[in-house]
Amino acid sequence: MTQRLVVIGNGMAGARTVEEILARGGGDQFTITMFGDEPYGNYNRIMLSNVLAGVEDEAGIFLNDLSWYTDNGITLHAGVRIERIDRFAKMVYATDGTATPYDKLIIATGSSAFVPPITGIHRPGRGYHQGVFVFRTLDDTRAMIRYAREHERAVVIGGGLLGLEAARGLQNHLSHVTLLHAMGHLMNTQLNERAGRTLQATVEEKLGIEVVVDAMTTEILGKHQVTGVKLKDGRVIPCDVVVVAAGIRPNTQVAADSGLVVERGIVVDDQMRAQDEDDIYVVGECAQHRGALYGLVAPLWDQAKVLADHLTGTDPQAEYHGSQIATKLKVAGVDVASMGLQEPAHPDDELLEFAEPKKGVYQNVVIRDGRLVGATLVGDARKAAFLMQAFDRGLALPEQRAELLFDLGGPSGEVSVEDMPDDEQVCNCNGVSKGAICATVQSGCKTVTGVMDKTRAGKGCGTCKGLVQKIVEWAADGQVEEDPAASWYVPGVPMPKPELMAAIRQYELKSVSSVFAMLVPGGAEDAKSKMGLASLLKMMWGDEYVDERDARFINDRVHANIQRDGTFSVVPQMKGGVTTPAQLKRIAEVAEKHDVPMVKLTGGQRIDLLGVPKEKLPQIWAELDMPSGYAYGKSFRTVKTCVGSDFCRFGVGDSTALGIAIEERYQGIEGPGKMKLAVTGCPRNCAEAYVKDLGVVAIDGGKWEIYIGGAAGAHVRKGDLLATVDSADEVITLTGRFLQYYRENANWLERTYAFVPRIGIDRVRAIVVDDSDGIAADLDAAMAKSVAAYRDPWKERAEPATPGQFRTSLPLIVLPQVPVREGVS
Amino acid sequence: MRLGPVDEIPFGEGRAYAVGDDMVAVFRLRDGSLRAVSAVCPHAGGPLADGQTDTKVVICPLHLHAFDLTTGCSTTGAFSLNVYAVHVDDDNHLVVSPLVPSEV
Ligand code: SRM
Ligand SMILES: Cc1cc2nc3c(=O)[nH]c(=O)nc-3n(C[C@H](O)[C@H](O)[C@H](O)COP(=O)(O)OP(=O)(O)OC[C@H]3O[C@@H](n4cnc5c(N)ncnc54)[C@H](O)[C@@H]3O)c2cc1C
Ligand code: SF4
Ligand code: FES
Repeated sequence: MTQRLVVIGNGMAGARTVEEILARGGGDQFTITMFGDEPYGNYNRIMLSNVLAGVEDEAGIFLNDLSWYTDNGITLHAGVRIERIDRFAKMVYATDGTATPYDKLIIATGSSAFVPPITGIHRPGRGYHQGVFVFRTLDDTRAMIRYAREHERAVVIGGGLLGLEAARGLQNHLSHVTLLHAMGHLMNTQLNERAGRTLQATVEEKLGIEVVVDAMTTEILGKHQVTGVKLKDGRVIPCDVVVVAAGIRPNTQVAADSGLVVERGIVVDDQMRAQDEDDIYVVGECAQHRGALYGLVAPLWDQAKVLADHLTGTDPQAEYHGSQIATKLKVAGVDVASMGLQEPAHPDDELLEFAEPKKGVYQNVVIRDGRLVGATLVGDARKAAFLMQAFDRGLALPEQRAELLFDLGGPSGEVSVEDMPDDEQVCNCNGVSKGAICATVQSGCKTVTGVMDKTRAGKGCGTCKGLVQKIVEWAADGQVEEDPAASWYVPGVPMPKPELMAAIRQYELKSVSSVFAMLVPGGAEDAKSKMGLASLLKMMWGDEYVDERDARFINDRVHANIQRDGTFSVVPQMKGGVTTPAQLKRIAEVAEKHDVPMVKLTGGQRIDLLGVPKEKLPQIWAELDMPSGYAYGKSFRTVKTCVGSDFCRFGVGDSTALGIAIEERYQGIEGPGKMKLAVTGCPRNCAEAYVKDLGVVAIDGGKWEIYIGGAAGAHVRKGDLLATVDSADEVITLTGRFLQYYRENANWLERTYAFVPRIGIDRVRAIVVDDSDGIAADLDAAMAKSVAAYRDPWKERAEPATPGQFRTSLPLIVLPQVPVREGVS
Repeated sequence: MRLGPVDEIPFGEGRAYAVGDDMVAVFRLRDGSLRAVSAVCPHAGGPLADGQTDTKVVICPLHLHAFDLTTGCSTTGAFSLNVYAVHVDDDNHLVVSPLVPSEV
């Protein structure tokens, strides 16, 4: 008979404990039910800092999505709170009125944000004052981002780890952030005063966050919404957002109300059993073990393992003895790591200290009886991995103590993979050891992504990814395999691009649905793959392509780029960035007539009309009577040009005319990624040709240089010189040939800045310029066919291509409107 | 509630309708079957009827959260959508039942 296991709290500790139980075969021993106050599966709370800072996507932080629970036979009540436990009847009662019986109960309710009693922080009966936020959950983070975006000045209360990460993240959404800390220096729990002051200087100078220490906040100002905060010394700091990051309080109310022993946390023994209880266990931040409470994840992993060993009978005597904790600040560019003592605490403790305040560096180590008992690294945390290991494991320390902080030409602080002990923790977010990684590799999983998925190593803050890769390589003994899916052209069709193209040709597959039906085992469609397949088929079949409109992304269905409020942008073609007064007048008239909310010059040398409702698109195109600029597609975009030899006193080639000619020929050509070009009239490079997918530079003597694979977007890369040619015609031919080669061989969404280095410039040059493979004529012919098939999509306006093509998808509700810029006259 | 003819929706696409006070996106999948869910993405208000579909999910065009069309559950961790019953009457018109608040 299986036992009923109920878990209260579906956060990092609760879900992790269940995972550990399942890993020990507990799925057969227990019928598991979980209750979580948050309406989601389990996510990586740590990563909320990165979500706020905009470096991680919400979707990327989920550890266990809802299907994980179903797949493992776990009943999850997400968004349901437990109010009371009846220890005698062995039942838990939820706010939705249900009662659930248990044989074993785990409490993992975590903590909540601590909000100090500050006047005006709450609005009677309505929660926090408008503009006040805490930083604990995904919902908190979403609300904070939404509000911060529309405001300008934020104050963060609390200068600990969380407050610093909040302050840094907020800078991503508004212009001015002040950090208030009630104590004398930042991160006073982890750092001594000298370290804290060094950190403060870095945060102020490098990040531009204003820091006020000894700042007791006494009042939140503002009648309807926050307008400022007042400090004890009378100072007023104006702001419109307040984030409280002043610490956490364990969620013990339910336990206390139900008669469990609660001091600061819920008191547990070494087996994580609640005091005086036989069947109730506690893990995570709400547990108080040997007087200690923890606010970091590493100890929770240890607790989860002990509890799982105990509950499943794998090791009924397993005991938890407390954890050594080390912390790291997750703020890019500001390295802080600390562990153990901040300062010597005993007359015999040794102290090694190094400070270089101008460089923002402060480091110390504290040694007792030859063992590391504390270390602080601010501004340079290169030795952190080694010190954490020494601290955690009580390793013998080098005779030359200075080697702990500096490389003296002796053994370096970096440990080689081979020398790492098996139980050493590699991923500190998810508690994965070197041994666990090796075991996964040995069990047959030989791809880095596969090992990361299975063990979760590297899926927290990501700083250990490099090390994980090294260990996988070492453990696989050179047999590392590429993740097969990584080589597929699209995720839903299990084939790399060359095989996929061969199969499409062989079976004459001319529509996206026929590709799924023929090439996917089981024939299942995949929404995420449709757009990439549509692009490929169109490139391969030209006019013969069977255009199923649902395969197109909305932008390609309506030939415009969707905006955050569901409206669209209209960017007419303006070849080479050259326009005429007549064209400008027409654009102005259309914009005025339709009250277009914003008219903007783009970085691609043309004009963008933003905020146009879908149903108005055909009319606006008709009135503009200009061709589409393709600013919405994975396609040829623009050719930027400079004034060149016609006007510029330095110009040595007619860059404007050549740019227009190139755009004229290759307009609208679709491909695996955007294609942005430029032609510039001399190496001063005013049209930024060195950093384009293809850039042409006029050089003295009537010659042109062609650069490919450049970028200045999310990646910055100077293009590689493909060839130097004598005439504009040759430029046009090689441009077409290279673009066709790219279209046929690049992976979906692989821009040239990734594609060219992957193939290698020498190889590309051999094929495109020297015709080493004898395919130049084919490439030219295929491109010519695509060029001939060009039709301006904005002509498709008299009759919709499909019923309701331009019908609004948002008939009723008011969306977050894109703000209208006022007073631009 | 009776809406327009089913032919208003091309195969594989969706269209949005007002159903009482709700906004509902009705999808006609490539296999011909119909699905109806809330029209507004719970993530940041994206227009789901503009999303791409397969036989299981719709993907919001704004930030690519995915939602199971039968259960309304997000497969990427967003909030869930409401699911509505939808069928075609003798006249080939769409009929969508407004959401009945589920019994508590
Ligand atoms: C309008 C414009 C900004 C502006 O106001 O100037 C713009 C606007 C957008 N860019 Fe851009 N980019 C614009 C020039 C650029 C440039 C500069 C340039 O083209 O000379 C770059 C750097 C060059 C490059 O592409 O690498 C640029 C790099 C990006 C990137 C990063 C691509 C990368 O892989 O590095 C994205 C994101 C992406 O493609 O996934 C992006 C994506 C976008 C999108 C399409 C985001 C989106 O999906 O909605 C924006 C569309 C707004 C709209 O509806 O109009 N935009 N974007 C510029 C339009 C140029 C044009 O006339 O076509
Ligand atoms: C922004 C941020 C950054 C962080 N960064 C780091 C870091 O870099 N390193 C690190 O080690 N730690 C970090 N932490 C701390 C770490 O996230 C916590 O230590 C960890 O989440 C604690 O896990 P837990 O399961 O005990 O609590 P939680 O993850 O909070 O989970 C508890 C869950 O129980 C639910 N719950 C509570 N009461 C009830 C009830 N009565 N009924 C049903 N459900 C209930 C809650 O809603 C919650 O979902 C960070 C925390 C935050 C907020
Ligand atoms: S690149 Fe600059 S200097 Fe050269 S022609 Fe163009 S505008 Fe003149
Ligand atoms: S609005 Fe739908 S995914 Fe963001």
